[in-house]
Amino acid sequence: MSTQAKSLPQGGPDFGQALKDGVIVAIIAFALLGPLVGLRTDQNMANELIIQNRLGLAAILSAIVGAGRFLLSAFVYPWLTARGRKTKAAVTLAELETRATRARHLSIGGLAFLFVYPVLIISLVGVQGSIKWVDNFGVQILIYVMLGWGLNIVIGLAGLLDLGYVAFYAVGAYSYALLAINFHLSFWVLLPVAGILAAFWGLILGFPVLRLRGDYLAIVTLAFGEIIRLVLINWKAFSGGSAGISSIPKVTLFGLYSFDVSAPNNFAKVFHLAASSAYYKVFLYYLILLLALLTAFVTMRLRRLPIGRAWEALREDEVACRSLGINTTNTKLTAFAIGAMFGGFAGSFFAARQGFVSPESFIFMESAVIVAIVVLGGMGSMIGVALAAVAMIGGTELLRELSFLKAVFGNDFNPDQYRMLLFGLAMVIIMVWKPRGFVSVRQPTAFLFRRKTVSGDLVKEGHG
Amino acid sequence: MTTSLRTWDSDAVLAVEHLTMRFGGLVAVNDLTFSVGRGDITALIGPNGAGKTTVFNCITGFYKPTTGMMSMRPKDGSLHLLERMPDFIVARKAKVARTFQNIRLFSGMTLLENLLVAQHNPLMIASGMTILGVLGIGGYKAKEKEAIDRARYWLDKIGLTARADDPAGDLPYGAQRRLEIARAMCTGPDLLCLDEPAAGLNPRESAELNDLLLSIRRDDGTSILLIEHDMSVVMGISDHVVVLEYGTKIADGTPNETRNDPRVIAAYLGVEDEEVEEIEQELDEQFGDGHDEQPAGDNEGERA
Repeated sequence: MSTQAKSLPQGGPDFGQALKDGVIVAIIAFALLGPLVGLRTDQNMANELIIQNRLGLAAILSAIVGAGRFLLSAFVYPWLTARGRKTKAAVTLAELETRATRARHLSIGGLAFLFVYPVLIISLVGVQGSIKWVDNFGVQILIYVMLGWGLNIVIGLAGLLDLGYVAFYAVGAYSYALLAINFHLSFWVLLPVAGILAAFWGLILGFPVLRLRGDYLAIVTLAFGEIIRLVLINWKAFSGGSAGISSIPKVTLFGLYSFDVSAPNNFAKVFHLAASSAYYKVFLYYLILLLALLTAFVTMRLRRLPIGRAWEALREDEVACRSLGINTTNTKLTAFAIGAMFGGFAGSFFAARQGFVSPESFIFMESAVIVAIVVLGGMGSMIGVALAAVAMIGGTELLRELSFLKAVFGNDFNPDQYRMLLFGLAMVIIMVWKPRGFVSVRQPTAFLFRRKTVSGDLVKEGHG
Repeated sequence: MTTSLRTWDSDAVLAVEHLTMRFGGLVAVNDLTFSVGRGDITALIGPNGAGKTTVFNCITGFYKPTTGMMSMRPKDGSLHLLERMPDFIVARKAKVARTFQNIRLFSGMTLLENLLVAQHNPLMIASGMTILGVLGIGGYKAKEKEAIDRARYWLDKIGLTARADDPAGDLPYGAQRRLEIARAMCTGPDLLCLDEPAAGLNPRESAELNDLLLSIRRDDGTSILLIEHDMSVVMGISDHVVVLEYGTKIADGTPNETRNDPRVIAAYLGVEDEEVEEIEQELDEQFGDGHDEQPAGDNEGERA
């Protein structure tokens, strides 16, 4: 069955075994695929049920599976074990050190790149062509970077698994939308208000919920996320129900210039530029970049303060924290509230950017993506979370660009529909490859002689 | 008992009165009364399952006792009733620090960070409840420097200064025990409760531990209450020994008095094979119906 096997070079010590594996797997695959793929029921012209025989197709698929198994056994697994042995032996303290330095250089370079990115894009593809790259990639990714960094405080530092983070994102978005439309307040006034309201919701949720630990906490926060969404759908008088709220005012450049086409102080008009929404997108890009950097800056400062150390200590051992006189309930609440606050900031930005909010934007999937970003990035690591956001959100956006695949798979092929499949596959691969996320080392917050990175093996994930 | 007043009678830092702790039908601690003298090293001993750790958990607020009163008098002369306080207040206000039977260090944090977390409450005030600290105003930097100096003092004392920047989880077992004691001391306690500090230590490490505890009492004026099975620690350094069996106090006095108490010998210290009968006979004479084996439940389970 494994026809390919014969064409592969022979002579390796494992090849006999690999061939056997391949044949066995192909037989099992055929046993499964035979009935599933090989026999297909269909209706004929007379509306009778007939069986189509496609055993040939099943055989071809089984052969592919068998060949894949052969390749795995003969080449991939030996290579992986050899590599694993090498890395295990090679990871020393010096190695960790150089990795940390590399990460630091990476973050400085990345930051510089982020600031010149819109300029770079405009100079490459022109003003009008830049919209897609700045908005779909830049702004979209940065929103998730910010959300990831916000949730990183709750999950990564304090070790509290919050599956309902999107609720605070929704509170921020609806706060801005409702207050801007009903009270005509500016974005710059409402940004802190949205943050405070989200933090307030964090506290309200936190009081009853933070007595729970581990799985129970995860389930209740998940439920809270759903409750907020259901309230938004059903309380029509307040939130407009599932129709959502539209024509939310745009952000202004501190009231000096507007990005509304009709406004007299329209940015493009004042500077005699061709009318384009690209300027607004670039403005939004820098706005979310600064908001995300604010999140990062505050988080890094908090880590060096007693509250940040208490969060990490809480993640390591809650009982020990209490024996040292730390009020664990308050400490958890602050983590929850501060994480929620950044979610609220991001939410109000999201509402201003979209100009439209509806409960559809705040489904559980969003929470799951943000949690995935934090876990994938390496819990507690800022750079890791940013990289994970780029990989996850940038990756899914990139799938939209793969229309050339239609030439291979036919015109019906829509790469977008395989998003979730590829997403899941990528997560499994990354978790096998790096079980503790992209950046698994921890940077100590204080040192006596020399800052040494702490290996991720010793850092606990928290359980409550 | 001699008539002269001992420290624990005249000047008690902690007085436990009629402490009873029931878990459902199981009586883990039964009407226990004892005192810890100021500046004393008091050992709480007893066979496995005697309720020692339960007493600790009651004193440090991890358990709410069923009945009883525990009054703590720190050096500043204030009075705290521990049975009314949640665990973190016991550590913060009543100045009682503790260690755990199974070491509970923050293993992913460095030694220095472990000792800084222990100074959370004063540092929290110094950082203006975080708000001023985030903005970078106020004297937080200077206070943090002081906290690091204090951590350094304790690292010097336990001989781990060279490893200050290593993660606590990388330390060998004995060093982890010492670090846990140093971490408890960084909270500035008046009473230090140690749950089996010498468990798993070799004789040399045990001797070092004795020196450390004696120096804590001498230099820092902290009273120590410890649970211990290692008799070289108990008899070597303690001033006062309280013996528990099945949740009830069976002896209370100086190490010499308890060492010679036949009930203690039978219950805890163990007897040579040939002495068993002799002692049982002696016990029968003294206590009438002797001492029957009661079923002992494992009431020491620590709350996770």
